[in-house]
Amino acid sequence: MSKLLTISPSPHVHTSDSVNKIMYRVILALVPALVWSVFMFGVEAMRVTLLAVIACMAFEYLIQRFITKEEPKITDGSAALTGILLAFNVPASLPSWIIIIGALIAIGVGKLSFGGLGNNPFNPALVGRVFLLISFPVQMTSWPVNIHVQTDAVTTATPLAILKEGIKNGQPVSDLMHNLPSSLDLLYGNMSGSMGEISAALLLLGFAYMLWKKVITWHIPVFILGTIFVFQGGLHLINPDKFIEPLFHLLTGGAMLGAIYMATDMVTSPMTHKGQFIYALGIGIITVLIRNFGAYPEGISFAILILNGFTPLINAYVKPKRFGGKK
Amino acid sequence: MLKTFKLGGVHPAENKFSANKAIEKLALPKSVFIPVAQHIGAPAQTLVKKGDQVKVGQIIAKAGGFVSANIHSSVSGTVKKVDLATDASGYPKQGIFIDVEGDEWEEGIITDDKLVEKFDTDGKAIIDKINAAGIVGLGGATFPTHVKLMPPPGSKAEMLIINGVECEPYLTADHRLMLEKGSELLVGIRILMCALSVDKAYIGIENNKKDAIASLQNLTASDSSIEIVPLKVKYPQGGEKQLIKAVTGREVPSGALPIAVGAVVSNVGTAYAVYEAVQKNKPLIERVVTVTGRSVKNPSNFMVRVGTPVKELIEAAGGLPDDTGKIISGGPMMGKAIASTDVPVTKGTSGILIMPDTDAKRKTSQNCIRCGRCVTVCPMGLEPFLLMTVSEKQIWDRAEKDCIMDCIECGSCSFTCPADRPLLDYIRLGKGKVGQIIRSRKK
Ligand code: SF4
Ligand code: SF4
Repeated sequence: MSKLLTISPSPHVHTSDSVNKIMYRVILALVPALVWSVFMFGVEAMRVTLLAVIACMAFEYLIQRFITKEEPKITDGSAALTGILLAFNVPASLPSWIIIIGALIAIGVGKLSFGGLGNNPFNPALVGRVFLLISFPVQMTSWPVNIHVQTDAVTTATPLAILKEGIKNGQPVSDLMHNLPSSLDLLYGNMSGSMGEISAALLLLGFAYMLWKKVITWHIPVFILGTIFVFQGGLHLINPDKFIEPLFHLLTGGAMLGAIYMATDMVTSPMTHKGQFIYALGIGIITVLIRNFGAYPEGISFAILILNGFTPLINAYVKPKRFGGKK
Repeated sequence: MLKTFKLGGVHPAENKFSANKAIEKLALPKSVFIPVAQHIGAPAQTLVKKGDQVKVGQIIAKAGGFVSANIHSSVSGTVKKVDLATDASGYPKQGIFIDVEGDEWEEGIITDDKLVEKFDTDGKAIIDKINAAGIVGLGGATFPTHVKLMPPPGSKAEMLIINGVECEPYLTADHRLMLEKGSELLVGIRILMCALSVDKAYIGIENNKKDAIASLQNLTASDSSIEIVPLKVKYPQGGEKQLIKAVTGREVPSGALPIAVGAVVSNVGTAYAVYEAVQKNKPLIERVVTVTGRSVKNPSNFMVRVGTPVKELIEAAGGLPDDTGKIISGGPMMGKAIASTDVPVTKGTSGILIMPDTDAKRKTSQNCIRCGRCVTVCPMGLEPFLLMTVSEKQIWDRAEKDCIMDCIECGSCSFTCPADRPLLDYIRLGKGKVGQIIRSRKK
């Protein structure tokens, strides 16, 4: 026969899904929240995001090209996604040079030093974020006032910080309520905070899109948010003066952003649903503990990083249910 | 809610282009090559030599042991030679070349289409006839059927499960057989039930074959011993263990055979062959083969004599498309790519799938992004990403501990991996190695 036929082992067909598609779909899911951020914080939000994305892609390219000497893979979308998530986790007023340092840490230390996509134990964007929070605590917690408010103030406090400060000064939660945005404001995103965390509703919209496209499954976000709700709810029932009602914690401080977009990072979360449950339980509990009893008003980033560290252990001990295995 | 198996599974595009094409008898070829090993087990021993005259249905190779099967001539003519030639496996295999002259059948074989319902209910006699007719599983596994019908001492069959799932995309041979030969098929099933002395049979059919379900339900309306079970479409439902789980809810334990839960599974093609062997004295010399593909002019279902070169089927379906990149014997999930169209149709050939260039090549594999999808889709509850890694690193005890031998090679993991990792390639390698280690330990 004149033609050369391809010989390869089965299967001979393949899903149309790919790593690139997954990454670009997560990015697409984040677009509504990004638009909202630009609406609230103006061009500053655009500056932070573009800079973070470009810096992450540039560092990935340069490091892969000149240090690890491999074929640069910046088109797979993962570096761009890390950039967006990094931007979403910082104030819109963050100076450009700090963003660039954050990108270098996220990509260089958080991702490529471990061998690149798939080999990093910790979520790269969170590595960058936590590094910045510890190194530049002032700039990382100066929250800009949104551009629609008529005020002389340049910065403001996040709802979580207002709450923490008030409780530390001995005020009961009920007295603090009028200083805090209403649940409705929190839901659609009329509050101060990191760029991408403010609109719970739009983050949920992206979640729905990702579920529809089967990018992720519901397990991790639902388990995390459920744990926060139940744990905080329990505390609230015991002492409503010291512990605010749980819905507040679901809608503030990047709980949604963390649970839906950061904790679900495939590389750094467990493989089986059972493992994911344990992982999510840990994240929820640690988040509530830090927020109520820790030094920082916000704790989901730390919680996710800690459980990222436990993921290999969870994967090693939580095995899927085998077909025909012993019960 | 339609029944299905619980764990894992995928949904590859069905592409059943030939579903509405009635089975056509393929014209006799000029010559055939009949390998003596068309089944699992020992090869058959050749009984003829160069120059011998043979008739259709004449035995030309005798089973080489208990787990083996007789081979019959599918044509009449002269034995040209007994020699090696490449079959679908890609390896040279011993076989018999016959030049076709006329179409003269062995005496005693009934060649008309009249339905014969009544049969002799002596189980032993039935099994002997099936054995003599060289019947093997036509679903692709080609396990000799008479062996299945004789459960080892201590185990007892409670039910017969007939596999009409045809979960492989593209293939429609079983579908057409159920539609066109329903009555014969049901007689074949009753014969099998009698041989096993069970009083219940289920026919599992995926719900994308509604016409076949309806027609068989109609035919069995007055017979409560045979139940049609429509199943939700999900690959690999045709896997024995998955089918038993779907139909009965029973789970075959790891390492055990279906008989451990009282089930014997047989393919619809096999049941039809049993009908022909017992009622018509006709040995297994032909089968239905689907010829299909995206660029194939006339996707078809042919009744083909065993030993016919694949190229004759392709010609009859409109010729080899210009953009052909790969030819597969079987379905796209578990079939084998063949190197030449000279290879013969054998008892296990369920289809010939012709894939265009664009679909033929694999994509380059990327780093594992640990998405866990391979774990989610594995119908055996394994961790394919891990099995690939330990096989790559040759950590065989780890592979064994993580149940590599349970893998049914369905390909769901490789199919679904977004990083295009060749999971099953490595798992196969690991399975081979771990299997060797286990066998050497037993010695
Ligand atoms: S080929 Fe094996 S490991 Fe892969 S999904 Fe099928 S049974 Fe699981
Ligand atoms: S499906 Fe592929 S990328 Fe995902 S965990 Fe399995 S091997 Fe890794």
